[in-house]
Formats: sequence, structure tokens, C-alpha cells
Amino acid sequence: MTAQSSPFQSTVFRLALAAVTVLMIAAAVIVYIIGAQANRVITQATDEAIQADAAHLRTEFASGGIDALGAIIAERSRHPFSALYILIDASGRKRAGNLAERPHDIRGGARFGTFTYRPSGASIADRRLAAGLIIDIDAIGGILVVARDIEGQRRLLTSIDRSLQLGLGTLALLGLIVGYLLARHVLRRIDGMREAAQVIMAGNLSGRLPLAGSGDELDRLGQQLNSMLERIESLMSALREVSDNIAHDLKTPLNRLRNSAETALSDTRGGPAWREGLERTIEEADGLISTFNALLLIARLEAGAIEESLETFDLAEVVGDVAELYEPVAEDRGLTLTLATTPPIPIRANRQLISQAIANLVDNAIKYASTAAPGDRRQLLIEIATRVENNTAILIVADHGPGIPAADRARALKRFVRLEASRTRPGTGLGLSLVAAVAQLLHGSVQLEDNNPGLRVVLTLPLAVAPQIVAASVKPARQSDEKV
Amino acid sequence: MRVLVIEDDRDISQFVARGLRESGHTSEIASDGETGLEMARGGGFDILVVDRMLPERDGLSVIKTLRAEAIRTPVLILSALGEVDDRVKGLKAGGDDYLTKPFALAELLARIEALARRASPEESATRYSVGDLVLDRLTHKVTRGGETILLQPREFRLLEYLMRNAGQVVTRTMLLENVWDYHFDPQTNVIDVHVSRLRAKIDKSFATPLLHTVRGAGYMIRDGSV
Repeated sequence: MTAQSSPFQSTVFRLALAAVTVLMIAAAVIVYIIGAQANRVITQATDEAIQADAAHLRTEFASGGIDALGAIIAERSRHPFSALYILIDASGRKRAGNLAERPHDIRGGARFGTFTYRPSGASIADRRLAAGLIIDIDAIGGILVVARDIEGQRRLLTSIDRSLQLGLGTLALLGLIVGYLLARHVLRRIDGMREAAQVIMAGNLSGRLPLAGSGDELDRLGQQLNSMLERIESLMSALREVSDNIAHDLKTPLNRLRNSAETALSDTRGGPAWREGLERTIEEADGLISTFNALLLIARLEAGAIEESLETFDLAEVVGDVAELYEPVAEDRGLTLTLATTPPIPIRANRQLISQAIANLVDNAIKYASTAAPGDRRQLLIEIATRVENNTAILIVADHGPGIPAADRARALKRFVRLEASRTRPGTGLGLSLVAAVAQLLHGSVQLEDNNPGLRVVLTLPLAVAPQIVAASVKPARQSDEKV
Repeated sequence: MRVLVIEDDRDISQFVARGLRESGHTSEIASDGETGLEMARGGGFDILVVDRMLPERDGLSVIKTLRAEAIRTPVLILSALGEVDDRVKGLKAGGDDYLTKPFALAELLARIEALARRASPEESATRYSVGDLVLDRLTHKVTRGGETILLQPREFRLLEYLMRNAGQVVTRTMLLENVWDYHFDPQTNVIDVHVSRLRAKIDKSFATPLLHTVRGAGYMIRDGSV
């Protein structure tokens, strides 16, 4: 019935996306803080260890000289441990230590910093990160490097980084999927409610919104709306009952009135005046009844509940039938009725109502065209046409009678409005309002336009998609512009 | 003909009963749904005239119950409800014809006669003839005194309906409903113009008119000599 909404456009999806984005930012911040904190703690520990080591070695150097220092470093370097040393003399020769050479890449010639080194026995590509302190030993003009391997720390930080990226990616993907599923779930329920609402608006007042039975906020809203619909339905049916009862209660005495007049009329003893009076009574009663029926019909149409008798049929065919019905009347009054149709024009409506609406339009056209100034042949033309435009069916009934002044046109569609100029003519004054009510019921529209001179009524109705009509149109096509 | 009138309004049922009596039929009256249903079950009626709004049991329910019990007596629904869906509901429930209150007695009588005739075998005849006018439903040919009369399709259906009910009054509403399938009242008297066109074709050049206007009721086709 309606286009399904895309889950991507739904509020739920957008909310899910926003939540996921916030979550991602929070996760990134937390992981960053943890990483930075860990880095700081480890770095501090390493730095303290290096400083302590360096202080110890300085003391050894002060008490034992270069040889004692060399011996301690050689001793310490023998153990595979994260402590790294190199003692270089003034000539630049390595005296002791487990580093192969003096670190070159300590940034900007600082005395303390990180550098990379190649462990003994490792390939050239396999360099590890270390943090170290360069100590000048002025006594011999050499230097001592005291360092710690911090490759483990570097790997830990890289791994934290990678986990963060992977985690955020997973979070984003999960967020998209969950958001989509949630949105689809909620949308399905809302679409279900929307469709139900459309069925109800189309006139089926007994329809209710579907509930999931979960008691969540949508269900509660649905329940609330359903009890509102319940109330509307009971009011409508009460109204209908009242109008049915009024119809019954008012029409019954009218019926009796008419019957008594008719019974009296069958008595042949009465004089002509007596007879005429009774005939007039019957006539007036009939007029009253037909106005009454038209009013009831319009009221019912406006309340909208004729679902039961809707069918799909060809508008062109129905228009052709009405034109055929009125053609002899038009001809008797010296009018020419032309019909231009391009069948098939499938519409979904009540055939009787549409026929009645078209009949009202043609009847009006004939009534008013007859009053046009005689002489001009064009004045006596009534044109009926149907066509399809922008997926809507259009019916036009145009006459060259006196027309309706632009200012009165909107009013002419209201109940009981008979414009001053036509007040003396017979009719209930409900013809055009019935057409307007039918159009409104079927989601169409009526427009009154100037036909220069005369009235041009344009009735627009939605097209029905109906394969059976296409099949039915195999019969010989109506001529496109035929005089009936 | 024996007619059962199920109607709670005494004035209307008396009016209908008197009308039926005057045109040579007998009638019985039930003033509520339950009584009406019981009497209809008893059988022996040619036609049932059923009001829709009845005490005890509403008219549509009476008709549905009868149809469910395979009682096929033709039913004319009489109702103050003349709206679009009401008629559809009435016919769906198993009614054969639907007449909105208030109605002219002539209209009611004409419809009762037509309903009774519909139940008779004549309905399926392939040829209708009235005097020297012959209508062949298979070849769609109409002749009078051997002369072929050319009719438009709608004129043919109009004549066909009149001839099926030959000798009986056919009202304008009946023509509108059965020939045009319209259940509303076009304000201009369109039917009269169609009938006078048909009359021009079948009666004009012949001595005896067959298509008669029945004042205050409608039309009737019959052999003038009868």
C-alpha cells in the first residue's frame, strides 16, 4: 500500500550511529590514557634503573678506576639481561660491554635518550629499541653508555595501538549492523501501524493497529491509539444508528402520507381539483424524500464507509454509458453531446456512485445549456471527455450555458447552494455537492472552471492498477472522438 | 398470487395488503421477524415482502436464515435504508429485489409481478412475441409483421425487458435498474425519451400500438386486441 521506509533513514538508526560514535570516542580516549599511563610508568622505572645503575658504576669507577669499571661491565654483560653497556676508551676502542658499538642515533646529541641497537648474533634488519645514558669519563677521555632494552615496552605500545584500531573497527561494524537491525525491527512495526492507519482512513473503521504484545512504548502508544479508534468507531456507529433511525422515523410518516394520498387518488369519485391536489401532494412528498435521500447519501459518503461495494472498472465505459443514457434527452432539446474517451481508464470505486456523479454533471450541463442564447451552434454543444494524466483519471463535462461566476464557484460545491440565477429551476441543489463528496471519498477532486462561456467541471480520480481491466479492453476499441 | 408481508408498521402493511387485494392477490401479514420467519418456513407463498428493520429479528437475518434452509421463495426487500451499501447488503443476504420506502403502490405491485414471473420458466425463452412483434434473443433480431426493425443495443435490451414482462406494468425505476443497471434517480426523465424512441421504431408505422404508457405507473407492452 505504501512505500516501505528505508531503515537507514530512520531515527533509530541515526540514534544507534550516534551512540556508537560516542562509544568509539570514549573507547579511544580510555585506551589512549591507559597506553600513555603504562608508557609513563614503564619509562620512569627504566629511567630510574638506568640512573641508579649509572650512579653505582660511577662509584665503582671512583674507587677502582677504569680497570675495576671494565671488569664489572664485562661481568654484567655476560648475563643475558635487559641491561646494556659499552665502555669506550679515548681511542674509540671498545673496552667492555654487550653493545656492539657506541649508539649513534640518540637524538640531537643529547646525553640521555633512546636509540636502536643490534643484539649480537642478530641479523642487520633486526634492531631493537633501547634507552640509555651516555657518561663521559674524563679521566680516560672515553665514554660509558648505560642502557636498558625497551623493545618490550615498544611492542606493548604498538600492540595497544593495534588493539585500539581493531576494537574501534569492530565496534563501528557492530554498531552499523545492530543499528540497522534495530531500525528494521522498529520500522516494521511502525510500517504495520501505518498500513493499518491507512486502511482505517480508507473507511474501515473496525481496523486496529497491530501490537507486538511486548508492552513496550510502541505497544503502549498503539494501545492508546487503539482505544481512541474504539471510541471513534463507537461514535461513528452511534451516529450511523441515529441517522438510520432518523431516516426510518422521518421516512415512515412520509411514506404514510404518500400512501394515503395514493389510496385516496384511486377513488374515482373525486373532482379534478381534488385529484390535482393529491397528485401535487405525492409529487411534493417524492421531492422531499429525494432531497432527504441525497442528504443522507452525502452524509454517509463524507463519513466514508462504502468499502463493501468498491470494485475496479473502466471509467471510460461508465462515462460512455451515462452519455448514451442522456444523449436522446440532449437531442430532444436541440443540444449536441460529444464524447471523447481513451479507454481503458481503470479506477477503483463504487460503480453506482460514479455513474450517479457523472449523471449529475451531465444532467446539470443539459439543464443549463438549454438556457443558453439560441442561435450560436457552438452554444449548444456539451462536451464530455476522459483522459489519463500523471497517473490520475480525469473526467471533463463542459457546457456553454450561463456558467458560474468565479466568485461563486467554491460555494457551488457546498450543500443546498443554488446560485441566485438558477433558484427557479427544479432540482435538490445537491447535485454538485454529491459529486464533491464522491470525489473526496475516493481521494480525488472536483474543480469548476470557466468554459468561456459556460461551466467546465473537471473531476479527478486516482487510477487503479487493475490487470483485469486490461484484459477486458480487448473488445473493439471505442473511437477516440465519437458522437454518441 | 399469495404474498407474505413481513412489516411492523401497520399502516404500511395494511396499505400493501389492500393494494395486493385490489390487484387480485392474497396476502398475509407478519408484524415481527420471528413470526415472519415461522410463516415463511410454513411455505405456500409465491413472494415475500420483507422490511429490513423489524422487531425480534431483523429482515436480513430472516432472509439469510431462509436461504440457509434452502427456501428459495423470491424476496422483495422493503426498506427505509436506500444507501449504496444497504442495497448491496440486502442482495448479498439473498434478497431478489430492493425497494426503498416510501414507494408508489404501482411500483411495488409491478416489482412483485416481475419477481413472480422471474421464477417461472418463461424467463429462459429464446423468443418473445407480443401480437405481431417478435424478438429473437439468440439472433438479436426484431420483426413486426415480418418486417425487420433495426434497434440499437440498448433499445434491444429495453424492448427485451418490456416483452419479458409483457402484459405487466414496468416502472421507470425498474427499467433504469434492469436495462441500465442504475440504482439512482436521474433527475431528468431520461427513460421517457428512450421509450418514446423505441415506440417510434416499433409502433409508428403500424395500426395497433403495442407499447402503452400506464399513467402514474410506467409502461406496458401488450397486444392491443387482448
